Amino acid sequence: MRDVVVIGAGMTKFGELWGKSIKDIFVEAALKAIEDAGVKQIDSMYVGAMSSGLFVGQEHLGAVMGDYLGVTPIPATHVESACASGGVSFRQAYLEVASGASDIVLAGGVEKMTDGADVTEALATAADQEYEVYQGVTFPGLYAMIAHAHMKEFGTTRKQLAAVAVKNHRNGAKNPNAQFRSEITIDQVLNATMVSDPFGLLDCSPVSDGAAAVIVTTMEIAKKLKKKPIKVIASAQASDTIALHSRPSITTIGSVVNAAKKAYKMAGLKPSDIDLCEVHDCFTIAEIVVSEDLGFFKKGEGGKAAEKGLTAIGGKIPINTSGGLKSKGHPVGATGIAQIIELYEQLNGKAGDRQVKGARIGMAQNMGGSGASCVIHILEGGK
Amino acid sequence: MITARYHREVPQRYRLEAGKCTKCGYVAFPPRLVCPKCNTKKFKPIVLKDEGKIITYTVIRVGPDKFSKETPYAIGIIELNDKLRLTAQIAGVVDFDKLKIGQKVKLVFRKIQDDGKAGIHMYGYKAVLA
Repeated sequence: MRDVVVIGAGMTKFGELWGKSIKDIFVEAALKAIEDAGVKQIDSMYVGAMSSGLFVGQEHLGAVMGDYLGVTPIPATHVESACASGGVSFRQAYLEVASGASDIVLAGGVEKMTDGADVTEALATAADQEYEVYQGVTFPGLYAMIAHAHMKEFGTTRKQLAAVAVKNHRNGAKNPNAQFRSEITIDQVLNATMVSDPFGLLDCSPVSDGAAAVIVTTMEIAKKLKKKPIKVIASAQASDTIALHSRPSITTIGSVVNAAKKAYKMAGLKPSDIDLCEVHDCFTIAEIVVSEDLGFFKKGEGGKAAEKGLTAIGGKIPINTSGGLKSKGHPVGATGIAQIIELYEQLNGKAGDRQVKGARIGMAQNMGGSGASCVIHILEGGK
Repeated sequence: MITARYHREVPQRYRLEAGKCTKCGYVAFPPRLVCPKCNTKKFKPIVLKDEGKIITYTVIRVGPDKFSKETPYAIGIIELNDKLRLTAQIAGVVDFDKLKIGQKVKLVFRKIQDDGKAGIHMYGYKAVLA
C-alpha cells in the first residue's frame, strides 16, 4: 500500500442554502478543493450522500456530480453509509490511491436537507424500518434512549450533556463556515423546547445544507506540487447491529470501539498521542459516549470530562474544534469530509482563532445511524 | 406501506414469533437465516414471552407526521423475560415523569399506525406497565 496524503480542501458554508441546488453546492466545494490542491485533473471521484433520493428526489449522484463538475468520463461513484457516508467516501478515495489504482482522487460529501422533504422520516431510514421506525422511534429518540441509559448507569446529568453543546457553539462561533456562529449558555440548553427526553432542541444537531471535498494523492505527487502533505496514517471502519436494542450494551457503541482499535493499531498510536479529535456529535450524548469509546476517558467519565472543560480548546483533548455537528451544522453526507477538512486546517496551522497550538496528530470519527457503522481516520501533519 | 410488506411481518407483530438457533440458543427476532453468534443456519420457531422490563426509554415530543395525533408518546427498549430485547411504545402512561428504567411491563396487541388516510390500519405490540 502506498502512503496517501491530503493536499487540498474546500467546502461551502453550512446552513440553509435556499438559493443553491445540490449540484451547485457540491460543485462549489469540489472546485475549491481542486484549486486549493493545485492539480490540473483528477482520476476518480467519490460522492458521499445519505439519501439524496428522499431529500431531493435525485439518485445516481456520482454521475450527476461528475457531469456538473465537468470531469466526465472519469469514474464517479456515490457511496452511502447513512451519516457516515462522508467518512466512507474519504476511505474509498484513500484505498483507491493506496492500492495504486489511481493517483489523484476527489473525496466529497453533500446533503441538501431543506428542499421540503420530511427530514425526520428521511433520517429514520438509517435505523431498522420494520422493528424500530415502525414503532415510532426517531433519531433524537434513539440517542435519547442511549442518554437515559448513560444517566442511569453512570450518573451523567443533563447539565453535563449541555456542556457539550455550549463548548461546541463556542468553537463554532470561531468557524466562518459554521451554521450557528453564536455562543449559548447552559441555561439556554436546559430550558430549550423538549424534543425527546432528556434532549431539548439545543442537544440536537441541526438540519443543514452543505458540501465538502478534499483531494488525496501520493506523497510523490504532493512533493512535486510543493504541497505540505497531511498524511493519512490510519483508516479504519467497523459495523454493528442495525437496531440499537440488539446490542449487548446501550451505553457503548461497538462499531466505535472496534474501528478505534484498528485505527490505533494501524497508526501505532494510543489515545494520549492524539492532539485533537473531531467526533460525530449528532446529539450531545454521542460526543460523551464516543469520547469514552475512543479511549480518551474511562467509561462513564465522559460527562464529567465535558463539564470540567477537558474537551475544550486548551484542554486535555480538544474535541470538535470546528464546532462539531451541533454548531457547524450536519448536512449528513458532507459531515465526514468536513471533519477531515478541520483536521487539514488544524494540522496546517490555519485554523485561525480556534487553532490548537502545536497540533500534529488529528483524529476524525464519523458514524452512521445509532452507531451501526463507524469510520475513523488519523491524520499527521509535517514536523 | 404496501400490503405485501405489512403482511410479511404479521407473525412477528401479531404473535411475537421468533427463531432460536439450534446450536447456540441465540434468539432471533425477527427470524434470520444466519445466526450472528455462531453462523449456524438452523433455527427452530419459538414464541417470545410477553412480559419483561424497561431497559431504557424516551418521551418523543417531536414525532414523525404519521404519529402526530398521539405525540407526545413514550417509547423504550424492552427486555423480555427470555432476554430478547425489542423496541416498543409504552402505552397508557399518564405521568411521563414517573417512567423509570427497570419498571416491569407486558406486551399487548395495539394499533400502531395508519397507512395514510385511505390505507389499512397497521397493528403490532406495545408495552403497558405491569
